[in-house]
Amino acid sequence: MRPADKLVRAAAGFQCQIELERAGQIADCRSILSLLTLGATQGSELVLRAQGPDADEAIRVIRLMFDQQFDELNVEQST
Amino acid sequence: MLELQGIAVSPGVAIGRALVFDREGYRITRCLVAVGEDEREWGRLVDAVKQAYDKLENSRQSTTAQLGERLGNIFSAQQQILHDPHLQSELESLIRTKTYSAEYAVSEVFTKYASAFRKATSTFLSERAADIRDVERLLLEGLTGQPTATLKQLPHEAIVVSHDLTPGETAAFDREKVLGICTEAGGPGGHTAIVARGMEIPAVVGVGNFLHNIRSGDEVIVDGHLGRIIVSPDEATRDHYMQRRRFRQSIATQLEEIRDLPACTSDGVRIELMANVEFPNEALSCIARGADGVGLYRTEFLYLGHDQEPTEEEHYQAYAQVVRDMQNRPVVIRTLDLGADKMGMTMPAEPENNPFLGLRSIRLSLRNPALFRIQVRAILRAACLGDVRIMFPMITTLDELRSARFLLRSVSEDLASEGKHIQCAVQVGMMVEVPAAVLMLDRFIDEIDFVSIGTNDLTQYTLAVDRSNDSVADLYQACDPAVLRLIQRTQQIASEKKKSTSVCGEMSNNPAYALLLAGMGIRTLSLAPAAIPILKKAIRSVTIGQCEAMAWRALRLSTAREVDAFVMNQLAGLVPEIVLQA
Repeated sequence: MRPADKLVRAAAGFQCQIELERAGQIADCRSILSLLTLGATQGSELVLRAQGPDADEAIRVIRLMFDQQFDELNVEQST
Repeated sequence: MLELQGIAVSPGVAIGRALVFDREGYRITRCLVAVGEDEREWGRLVDAVKQAYDKLENSRQSTTAQLGERLGNIFSAQQQILHDPHLQSELESLIRTKTYSAEYAVSEVFTKYASAFRKATSTFLSERAADIRDVERLLLEGLTGQPTATLKQLPHEAIVVSHDLTPGETAAFDREKVLGICTEAGGPGGHTAIVARGMEIPAVVGVGNFLHNIRSGDEVIVDGHLGRIIVSPDEATRDHYMQRRRFRQSIATQLEEIRDLPACTSDGVRIELMANVEFPNEALSCIARGADGVGLYRTEFLYLGHDQEPTEEEHYQAYAQVVRDMQNRPVVIRTLDLGADKMGMTMPAEPENNPFLGLRSIRLSLRNPALFRIQVRAILRAACLGDVRIMFPMITTLDELRSARFLLRSVSEDLASEGKHIQCAVQVGMMVEVPAAVLMLDRFIDEIDFVSIGTNDLTQYTLAVDRSNDSVADLYQACDPAVLRLIQRTQQIASEKKKSTSVCGEMSNNPAYALLLAGMGIRTLSLAPAAIPILKKAIRSVTIGQCEAMAWRALRLSTAREVDAFVMNQLAGLVPEIVLQA
């Protein structure tokens, strides 16, 4: 839940439309419910897409968040 | 359509709309607002969202301060849900274009998400459904202003659906509005069961977790005969139940015609049909059903849902009302038949590993003579008003029977020495519910005036099965040959000594079993008042010879299934007009 929460907060800082896709299903990164509905767990393959004026910057930041596993993804999943 | 199996505790079938009370007791009804009101509804929702957000912010800050940021962030995620743009636009669309009330829109949208999450294969995700429910609850509390709507004031006729009902809630039921009851928790001896039976409301308890699958407004069928709940029935199922309802209505007129005629077989053998009652106000419905008396007056309601032990006067008034209303017909009052766990007031109950084998019923009464004396005093005083008989439940040993009789004698001497007018010749009976009592009945029989077989407990104790336990409930069969043999032996021993034997368990409610019992020599049956007319019809349609032939065959069968199939088949042949042909 916490990564989704962070993702939504990060997405809210950009003007562009940001989407995550998993197995054909697309989620809006501004909507925590839509992200959760993806049912993505650690190891799921995801496609990140952004469209708008600051799209490149958004992709860079969110990629970084995933790479850093949202700081403490492992701890998060065990709670 | 969703079918669920629970425990049938009060017979009858109810078809209606669900009114769901969750653990906290709030309810959401399907509700539309007038066109043009949508702006106001949306405004209410916006306020509620703001209020809920602030509450979550408080929780987040205080939890973070006490337990750290990680736990505090649970609330931050809930805030995200609350402000989720998809959620908001769905809510807005329901309110603005479909004129849903704010509450209804919230309930609709959140239920959709919660159920999608619950179905998710990942446990992480399915647990998030609880977060969604928490947010929903906050919003609804903000919208309704208070978390509860009580069962006392139902807005319309409904089937009450709940996790469990407190004694206070059940006691406040509006009989006109409550069509049926189903609960996740509860067992056959619980207060919900007792109240539902007393009010003749079809009820199924012990269904297990299902509240997340049902919402207020859903169509529900409560089948209080089979212990079945059907949510959103398909057409075929609804038709089946509607057909049964029409069938019952069509025979109701025939039954009305024979109301004041005696329950005699066509060759003139009289079967006494007595009523089982829970509450004083049921006596009038017994008379209306043509009951010959009250064969089992359960007295547990006096102890349930009260903070204090009932006083002698409360006992007396409850008994006196029934005795007066029954107008000299016999009234058999059974002394307290509860487990210690049900009596929260004066007796701190030790937790028991096996409550059914523990301190309950007559054992509990004998252990608390001060309490027992109060009840017995009231019964003896009420006996001056009519034909009152006293009955001790769950007698297992002769010592128990003698102790109870000793206390009875001592109470009656007290009353006499106080100059109170009492009826000396009160008949004393025992319930036969424990196999030991059947095996030793020849030793008991000279010390009592009558016996009454409680087939529910006798079945449970004979077959070693707890019928509220789903895994073994199918073993619970009152028509099991072992139970039939115990009934037969009881009847034989009692009739040799010219003592009457009645059967007062649920078995008597089923006309097929009732005819079987008549064929075994039972001449008094005590049953739910509502079941009396149809049984009278069955008895008046057969000869005692036909019943005896049925019993002769049934007692030679080897399994419960064979007995059940045989007697049901016999009933269909002997009294086809009361059997609905499939």
